[in-house]
Amino acid sequence: MKKVLLAFICALAFIPVTYAQEDDLLSLLGEEETTDYANAAFKTNRVINLHSLENTAAGVFDFKISHRFGFISGGVQELFGLDASTIRIGGDYGITNRLMVGFGRSSYEKTYDVFGKYKLLRQSSGKKTMPITAALFASAAIKTTPFSDPERDNYFSSRLYYTWQLILGRKFSEGFSLQVSPTLVHRNLTATVAEKNDVYAVAGAGRIKLSKRIALNAEYIYVLPDQIASRYRNSLSLGFDIETGGHVFQLHFTNSTSMIEKGFVTETSGNWLDGDIHFGFNVSRVFTFKNFEHE
Amino acid sequence: MKKSIILASLIFTVFSVSAQKYFTKEGKVYFHSKTQMEKIEATNSKATSVIDFSTGAIEWGVLVKAFKFEKALMQEHFNENYLESNKFPKSTFKGKIENVSSIQLGKDGSYPVVIKGTLYMHGVSKPVTANATFVVKGGAISGTSKLRVLLADHNITVPAVVKDNISKEVEISISADYSVFK
Repeated sequence: MKKVLLAFICALAFIPVTYAQEDDLLSLLGEEETTDYANAAFKTNRVINLHSLENTAAGVFDFKISHRFGFISGGVQELFGLDASTIRIGGDYGITNRLMVGFGRSSYEKTYDVFGKYKLLRQSSGKKTMPITAALFASAAIKTTPFSDPERDNYFSSRLYYTWQLILGRKFSEGFSLQVSPTLVHRNLTATVAEKNDVYAVAGAGRIKLSKRIALNAEYIYVLPDQIASRYRNSLSLGFDIETGGHVFQLHFTNSTSMIEKGFVTETSGNWLDGDIHFGFNVSRVFTFKNFEHE
Repeated sequence: MKKSIILASLIFTVFSVSAQKYFTKEGKVYFHSKTQMEKIEATNSKATSVIDFSTGAIEWGVLVKAFKFEKALMQEHFNENYLESNKFPKSTFKGKIENVSSIQLGKDGSYPVVIKGTLYMHGVSKPVTANATFVVKGGAISGTSKLRVLLADHNITVPAVVKDNISKEVEISISADYSVFK
């Protein structure tokens, strides 16, 4: 009896044991936690005029043509502003996935600008969790139109303007992103003594995705009181992003004429209620120069 | 005496079962789509897979976000517009090696097999049949396979403006070096 039992047990060992079929073999490996970085909070690195919390990816050159027509309030005579236009031609380049630089030349006041933007924090979930994205932005602009008063002592430094901005934002969901940017614009020379050299402002911007390829953007810049001439107003812009493969078309309405910080933060003259609104667009076309690993 | 035999046979049983399971965490999934306008390709080298050679069951899993493209914008569009990786973060394949008994794990050689199963991608499950080859060499096992997937089968739509840039069908190449699962 004992021997039979023994033989039986031994035989058992050699019968291929079929376990109840596991329906998830992969679960044997366990879940490995990965860090998931939020991307595409905005379609491009600009909301409308403002810099968004997005960067140009490493090794990518983003060619930008931006246009603002005249005020719609110009009426039929001016074909609702379409007769006039100001333009900025520029290019942005991603040095790393966190650092980008750019330059541009605006027809408005014949201004050249250069900037850099660095992502300090990147919104992520999973292994590393970070609720927001934070970026530091700095730019310099040179106005090259003749000095208003050629008789006085004019210095080259009087042509210079600087902007610093901290961009804090979050992609709340697939369709909704929001950002706030405390801003400082420094002007070496102001038109009158009453106007401040340092102008503090707070900019807010948001995006709602309407479909996979179309988004609605809005931005508003609040300039703290008693810093700029009374004829200047806060900048308000509304627009659409339309994406087609390598291009992003941004079509918008704004009361700002200039497309760089020093201009649209401190020198916005249009009044929305009077129809002083520019129709405008930014066209962005990307070229990949160098291949990097993208997150 | 009896107890030790039972114990020994138990251990043996467990061992013989686990030795049939193989896995990888670094499987490669490469896909490309080529048209005259544009070549689109991406690689994911962090795919996971488990095979149970005793039953022929095979599974693959990939994180959609882990596909790496040369062009950053393509990668963004792949995740945002086509595969919608926030909604469908994972793609899986679950299937069975039809003629699993032909594979002799103890013997070096190349074993062509047919795998039938279900591909889950972009929220849609579709039955797939693919030819695959397992190579056993000095105890190491590797596998390769190729399959073609129609974008329309998985509800992946291509907008009219870029219709000529993206082919309707993509070819997926899969390869992995398996290790014994202990």
